[in-house]
Amino acid sequence: MNRREALSRVALIFGGTIVGAEAFLTGCRNSSAPAETLTFSPDVISLLDEVGETILPTTASSPGAKAAAIGEFMKVIVTDCYEEKDQQIFMEGIGKLNEAADKKYGKDFMALSAEEKHNLLVEIDAEAKAYNESKSSEDPNHYFTLMKQLTLWGYFTSEVGATKALRYVPVPGRYEGCIEYKKGEKAWAL
Amino acid sequence: MADNVFDAIVVGSGISGGWAAKELCEKGLKVIMLERGPNVEHIKDYHSATKHPWEFPHRGSRTQQMIKDYPVLKRDYPLNEMNLEWWASDKDCPYTEIKRFDWFRGYQVGGRSLMWGRQSYRLSDLDFEANAREGIAIDWPVRYKDIEPWYDYVEKFAGVSGNRDGIPHLPDGQFLPPMELNCVEKDVAARIRSSFGGKRHMIIGRSANVTGPLEGRQQCQFRDKCWLGCPFGGYFSTQSSTLPAAMKTGNLTLRPWSIVTKVLYDKDKKRATGVEVLDAQTNQTYEYKSKIVFLNASTLNTTWILMNSATDVWPDGLGSSSGELGHNLMDHHLGVGAGGWVEGYEDKYYYGRRPNGFYIPRFRNLNGEKRNYLRGFGYQGAASRENWERSIAEYSIGAEFKEALTEPGRWTIGMGGFGEILPYHENKVTLDKTRTDKWGLNVLAIDCELKENELNMRKDMLNDAMEMLEAAGVKDVSGADGDGTPGRGIHEMGTARMGRDPKTSVLNKWNQVWDAPNVFVTDGSFMTSAACQNPSLTYMAFTARAADYAVQELKRMNL
Repeated sequence: MNRREALSRVALIFGGTIVGAEAFLTGCRNSSAPAETLTFSPDVISLLDEVGETILPTTASSPGAKAAAIGEFMKVIVTDCYEEKDQQIFMEGIGKLNEAADKKYGKDFMALSAEEKHNLLVEIDAEAKAYNESKSSEDPNHYFTLMKQLTLWGYFTSEVGATKALRYVPVPGRYEGCIEYKKGEKAWAL
Repeated sequence: MADNVFDAIVVGSGISGGWAAKELCEKGLKVIMLERGPNVEHIKDYHSATKHPWEFPHRGSRTQQMIKDYPVLKRDYPLNEMNLEWWASDKDCPYTEIKRFDWFRGYQVGGRSLMWGRQSYRLSDLDFEANAREGIAIDWPVRYKDIEPWYDYVEKFAGVSGNRDGIPHLPDGQFLPPMELNCVEKDVAARIRSSFGGKRHMIIGRSANVTGPLEGRQQCQFRDKCWLGCPFGGYFSTQSSTLPAAMKTGNLTLRPWSIVTKVLYDKDKKRATGVEVLDAQTNQTYEYKSKIVFLNASTLNTTWILMNSATDVWPDGLGSSSGELGHNLMDHHLGVGAGGWVEGYEDKYYYGRRPNGFYIPRFRNLNGEKRNYLRGFGYQGAASRENWERSIAEYSIGAEFKEALTEPGRWTIGMGGFGEILPYHENKVTLDKTRTDKWGLNVLAIDCELKENELNMRKDMLNDAMEMLEAAGVKDVSGADGDGTPGRGIHEMGTARMGRDPKTSVLNKWNQVWDAPNVFVTDGSFMTSAACQNPSLTYMAFTARAADYAVQELKRMNL
C-alpha cells in the first residue's frame, strides 16, 4: 500500500463503511509476543475450512473459501500477525463455536449439515454484529468478527478468489477513468 | 589515475545522487558514486514486482516479528511484507528522538527513488519569495526564472505526466500526456470549481510515470505496484533513468556498501580533497580523492556527514561557520483530511490501476488573503469504488453475501493534506555523541516539532477538506486530524540551507558549501523553505543546475 492508497482508504474509514477496517489496514498492531502454544491441528484446520466455506460458500460462479485453503491462511495470520490477546480470542472462539453448535443442535460443529452450519453462523454473526455496535475500542474483539474478516481477506486475495470471484488483471496496460459498468459484472481484484 | 582517484565523488544514489552522477558523467568527468547499502539491479532485484497477491505468505501485511524489529517503520504504512528489504533497519541504524520524529529511510542503490510517491510539482515565486516577503528565516538566493530551465530539463528526461492547468503558482511543465481523472473525480472537480468561484482546482496529479514516448523507457502499464520496483521501468527511479544514462558514458564507478563517514578537508587550500569510506560489510576504511564532492546522502545523512567532518578549523563540522548547519529542519505535515461516499455513478467504473490521484494545489493565503497562519497546503486523494472490504448490512453470510461482495460497491472519495512547515532555527539535528550505530558511528539526535503556524493551518486543512467535499455533494463527509508527527511526510528538508550570506547559510546559490566551494549539496538539505509541494522534482532541477555550474567552475580552474 502506498501513501495514496492509504489516503483513499482513509476515505473508506471516514465513510464509516468497513467493519474492522483497521484490521485489514494494519493486519496487526502494537507489539506483543505471539502465544507460545498455538496449536492448529489438522482437525482445527478442517473446522476453519468449514467455517470459511459457510461464510463464503461455493456458488455457481466461483469456488468457496475452502478452495482457497482458508484454514491454512487463518493459521498463518493468527500465528504470525495477531497480537496475543486476539490469538487467545481466536483459539477460544473455536471452542465457543462447538459449544454453540452443541447447544443448538446437540452436535459438534463438524457434524452439522451445511444448512445447520449456515443457520448457526447466521445467528453468531448477528450476535457479533450486535456486540460490535456497542463495543468500545478497548473491548476485546468478537471471535466471529475475526474469523469472518480472515475469511474475506484470505479468500479475495487468494488465487481462486481473485481470479474466479473477482476480475484479476495483472498488467492492465492502460487506464480508463470512466467506463460503462453493468450490474453483475465482477469487481477488480486489485 | 590511481584507483581511488576520481574527478568527482557522488555520495548517495537516490533521486538527487543519481542525477548528479548522470550529469557529471555526461560532461566527461570520471565519477564514483558511493552508496551505503547493497546494490539493487534494475528488474533483476525487484523480487516482489511480479508476484501475485497470494504469493505473499501474509498477503503483504506485517507480522508481529516485523513490528518488533522495526520500532520506527511500524508507525506508518511503510512497514509491510512486500518491499521490506528496501527500508533501512531501525536496529542497525538507530537515532535519538529528542521529540518524536518518524524517519523512514531507504539504504540501497536507488535509495528512496525506488519507493517514492512520484508526485512532481514545480515551486514558483510564491514559494521562492515567501521568506523575504514575510520576514521568515532568510531569503532564497534564487528565483523561479533561475530554476525554470532546469525544471524543463529534468522533466524532459525523467518523464513527468501531467496536464497543463495554467495555475500561476503551480507552473506547468514539460509534461507527458496526463492521466485521467475518473468520472466521479471529474464531476467533483467541476463542482468545486463552481462552488469556489474558480479559485480552487482539483487537477490530475503530476506523476513521474511514463505515459508517452520517452527515449530509452517503457510506458507505465498501470499495475500500481511502483514501490516494488517496475519491471517495465515505467516510473522514474535511479535504476530506470539516471543510472543507465550515467553508466552508458563509461565514466561511472558504482560502489555499494560504502558508508561515507567524512569529507576530507585541506584547510590551507580551503577545499575538500575527497571522502573517507567505511565499508559496511568489512568495516575497512578507505579514502577516495576527487576534485569535487556532491553530497546526496538524503537530507539528514548529508548533514550528518558534514557534522562528522569536523576539523580544528570547523569543530562543529564542515559548513558550520554560519551556525546554521543542522538547523531549520522541515517536512510536510500530513495526517489530516476528509472523505465520504458519492451517490450514483453505479453504471460507471474504471479500467486499470492508476498510480496517481488528484491534486488540489494551494489556495490559501493567495491574492491578498490573510489567514491566522502563513503559507498553505495542498491535498492529494482519489475516488474509487468500494471492494470486498466493505460491509454489507443486508446480508449476513453465505451465497448472497458472497455474490454481493464480488461486485463493486459505492463510490467513495478521500483526500489528505500536505502542509508547509516553516523553517525554525530550533527544529534541528545534532550529533548524539553518547550513542552509536552498528558501525560504531555516532547517531543523529532529532529535535523537531510543529508549532503554532502549522497547528493553525491544520484546522483549515481539516475544515476546508470537509467543506469542499460537502460543496461537491459528497455524502456523510467526515474528517479527522490524525497524526501530524514530523517525518511522516518523508520529505525531510533543510539543515544545510542555501542563502545569499555565508553568515546565515550553509550553501550559496549554486549549492556550494560556503566553507568548501568544491563541495556541493543538492539533496533536500539545501531547501531554504519547504513550500507545500512534493519536493523531489526540485532536488532534480537544482542538482542538474549545480552539476552544470560545477563543471564550468572546474574548467575555469576555480575549484
